[in-house]
Amino acid sequence: MSTKRIRILIAKPGLDGHDRGAKVMAHALRDAGMEVIYSGLHQTVPSIIKMAIEEDVDIIGLSIMSGAHIPISKKIMDLIKKENLGNMIVVVGGVIPAKDIPILKEIGVTGVFPGGTPFEESIKFIKEHVRNY
Amino acid sequence: MGVARYIKDEKDRINDVILQSGIHIKPFYTEDDLKQIEFDYKKDLGNSGEYPFTRGIHKLGFRSREWTTRQYSGFGTPKETNERWKLLISQGQTGLNVAFDLPTQMGYDSDDPIAEGEVGRVGMAVDSLRDFEIAFKDIALDKIGSGLTINAVASIMVAMYQAVAEGYGFSKQQISATPQNDILKEIVGRGAWIFPVEPAVRLIGDVIEYTVKEMPRANPVSVCGYHIREAGATPVQEIAYAIQIANAYIDNVLERGYDIDDFVSRFSFNLDVFGNLWEQVTKFRAARKLWAKNIKERYGAKNDKSMFLRGMFGGGGGGLTKEEPENNIVRSAYYALAAALSGAQTMALCSYDEAYTIPTPHSALISLRTLQLLMDEVGLRDTVDPLAGSYFIETLTKQMEKKIVEEMAKIDKMGGMVKAVSSGYIQKEVARQAYEFEKGVQNAELIKIGVNKYTGGEEGKVELHEYSDESAIEQIKSLKELRKTRNNKDVTRTLKALEKATKDKRNIMPYLVDCCKAYATVGEMTGVFRDIFGEFVEPSIF
Repeated sequence: MSTKRIRILIAKPGLDGHDRGAKVMAHALRDAGMEVIYSGLHQTVPSIIKMAIEEDVDIIGLSIMSGAHIPISKKIMDLIKKENLGNMIVVVGGVIPAKDIPILKEIGVTGVFPGGTPFEESIKFIKEHVRNY
Repeated sequence: MGVARYIKDEKDRINDVILQSGIHIKPFYTEDDLKQIEFDYKKDLGNSGEYPFTRGIHKLGFRSREWTTRQYSGFGTPKETNERWKLLISQGQTGLNVAFDLPTQMGYDSDDPIAEGEVGRVGMAVDSLRDFEIAFKDIALDKIGSGLTINAVASIMVAMYQAVAEGYGFSKQQISATPQNDILKEIVGRGAWIFPVEPAVRLIGDVIEYTVKEMPRANPVSVCGYHIREAGATPVQEIAYAIQIANAYIDNVLERGYDIDDFVSRFSFNLDVFGNLWEQVTKFRAARKLWAKNIKERYGAKNDKSMFLRGMFGGGGGGLTKEEPENNIVRSAYYALAAALSGAQTMALCSYDEAYTIPTPHSALISLRTLQLLMDEVGLRDTVDPLAGSYFIETLTKQMEKKIVEEMAKIDKMGGMVKAVSSGYIQKEVARQAYEFEKGVQNAELIKIGVNKYTGGEEGKVELHEYSDESAIEQIKSLKELRKTRNNKDVTRTLKALEKATKDKRNIMPYLVDCCKAYATVGEMTGVFRDIFGEFVEPSIF
């Protein structure tokens, strides 16, 4: 197992400005020993992917509260494929109804953490999956 | 209400209570506590209607006037919104509180690619005056005041409100608009910002200056501690930041050569009711006093009215849960009680389904009824500031006041709120508090019924407001038609004049009114500002 710290991009796509959840997760992941890059608000899918490449992250965490998690995740996964970032893992958090979780997984999202998911659960999941590929 | 830490022994007896603001509550209070804080009735409280207004800004409080009920509403097309407003007014609501969708708040037209999926989702879509004409049809704008929940482009919406009112035969002197118009809190807590801090604050100042001269019934800025609190700040920070934000706007207007008494009486505040009941009540009492002192001592105001903290105390969204949603009806009633005990001028509540999405007519009506039954059935209009004189309440009010003053001093030391926000200090502080709070909920140190204590109750049934693509399609169709049918020469001419006024640093409001009357779109007007000001870049806080 590598000793390199996990690098994660926490990203806020779209016009919605509610970033409390994104920032709380950024804190929790940093406390868990990860290097956290926060995208800031109002990002587009291409700007998120560009940032992920430039920052050389292992994983992208999308925070979506607007209800548009399915189309946004799809666009992200398509662009990851196009850019040949085969190893990039994507997880999604926010206001995500339970019925949408299987749909997101099918699109290629590795993990889904709806609001209220315990920190340890998300952290454990990320650590396992980033080291597994 | 899950926002204080309770230190208990093994027999579940409470050994200590620590409020979010860090104050410890004692098991009982006596007159010795009042002695210890050097309580002085005249200096600390004064009668209601007298400086420093701790007990309230009006002598007779709710006896002379009910609080205004102003539920936040608006969704889909202007036509749908108009129908919802008429329903609320017919049910006794006394003011409107307009919700705009995100593209409108961010200054994009409904057919802009970036608006896809968001048109009409969290509020009403507004592209031009045509939409306001539909939304405000048959509403008595001389009697019903309107809160306009918009900030980055509040200037455009105030101009449009004047334009629609004049079109319907009301003069700008008759109408009452209350735009939120608080961009600093957007940067700190809500995220609907567009322009860099300095030009953004200039636009706020332009609205204040214009309405003071031209629209005497307007409340040109509603300073929102609310969203800062909802983003994670403690009640103490909420008030300290709100007052310092207001000071930043005051400074901008003073630089234009006005006197403090010319304009500050038109400021109002939007503050949160979520939290421990006692901490909330004392927060509002301390806030009223500190605002009065701030305006009198820092700015030398002479007029009592300038020192009034007029507030909408409401919301409470942060306290509501997705779990067992009907419990939120009960929670909100207690939040409203806090606001009533604190002498709110205006109230609005989050509805029980708002942890999921925007409210249905059913849930919005429950919120309105909650406020009404509190007013008429429980006795909250009987007497002014009923908790005054309590050993506990007066001690806590003083302690809250001291903490708020300390927090305000930190901002002063940094050179004021514009600097503290530009550097990211406030955002960092608020995010840290949000994290502490979330940790507390996750390890059940902060109790939430149905979430981390007494869980496993019945799954509540929530009938959700469904987002409809059809509204968006209809909105875009009517926008496209407008672009074809309006006089495009007028549009170009008025936009050019706006561009010049913006560059020349003149007050842009009269130019925006002309643009609106020519049916220029929100995207076009914002585009003028975007080209000149550029966009805000968030300071890194991680």
